Amino acid sequence: MDNILPSYLILGAILFCIGLYGALSKRSAIVVLISIELMLNACNLNFIAFSKYGPVPSLTGQIFSLFNITVAAAEVAVGVAILIALFKNKGTSNVEEMDSMRY
Amino acid sequence: MNWISNLIDNWLNFMSVGENVAFAILAVLIISSSVLMINFTKVVHMVVSLAVVFLSLAGMYVLLEAEFVAFVQVLIYAGAISILMIFGIMMTRHDEQEQPKQPVFQALLLSGSVALFGIIFYAIQSTAFTPSTGFEQGADNTKAIGELLYTQHVIPFELISVLLTVAFIGAIVLAKREEE
Repeated sequence: MDNILPSYLILGAILFCIGLYGALSKRSAIVVLISIELMLNACNLNFIAFSKYGPVPSLTGQIFSLFNITVAAAEVAVGVAILIALFKNKGTSNVEEMDSMRY
Repeated sequence: MNWISNLIDNWLNFMSVGENVAFAILAVLIISSSVLMINFTKVVHMVVSLAVVFLSLAGMYVLLEAEFVAFVQVLIYAGAISILMIFGIMMTRHDEQEQPKQPVFQALLLSGSVALFGIIFYAIQSTAFTPSTGFEQGADNTKAIGELLYTQHVIPFELISVLLTVAFIGAIVLAKREEE
């Protein structure tokens, strides 16, 4: 086993698919946010695996994953704020009842 | 029986390198706690097992010689984001039990996710990755990242600071408006 890169990529794929399943199948909005975090982490893992074992190894992958972490933090902050505002207005945290902009 | 001994040989070969043993332990930790996260019914338990996933991923980054990203992972994800999620749970009311959606939808979703994983797995297995040509990380990973951030990637770095400020102000405005 001289090349371990596919193992990292498969681990990232497993994590991504678990996150996708969770994001689409859960009802509580906070769990959907958590699952999206899982998917973002999977792609961070891919970036860093490629930055060490990829065809052109360099530090750029690590820098890109740092940007990714920052965007994820901003996303969670805004997501939780929206969640709390919605809960104050409608008294629910169920994503299926958040359909006032649908019709 | 030949393929079984072949498999065991392969496995022993894989496990003879210390890095691979650490990879296997961390991978088992990551996958099992993320599957547990999906299966837990209480939301707080989900966040705790999510923190386990984040910490194991930080270990994975150390294994990949990305020490600075590992520290950032522990600080931002395991520290800030998990705590923010717990705040979000505490400030909203959650049903004790997550009622599942319709079983047909659930089964369709599960098979869809597994099919997506199958496609990605096939694509990874059928790609011939050229082994890395070797590159010197340097002894100081943090210093190298800092130098790159302030020279080559300085524009995205400044843009991300603007993004953080906007998100920060937006979160405060969104959460505060209803109190008046």
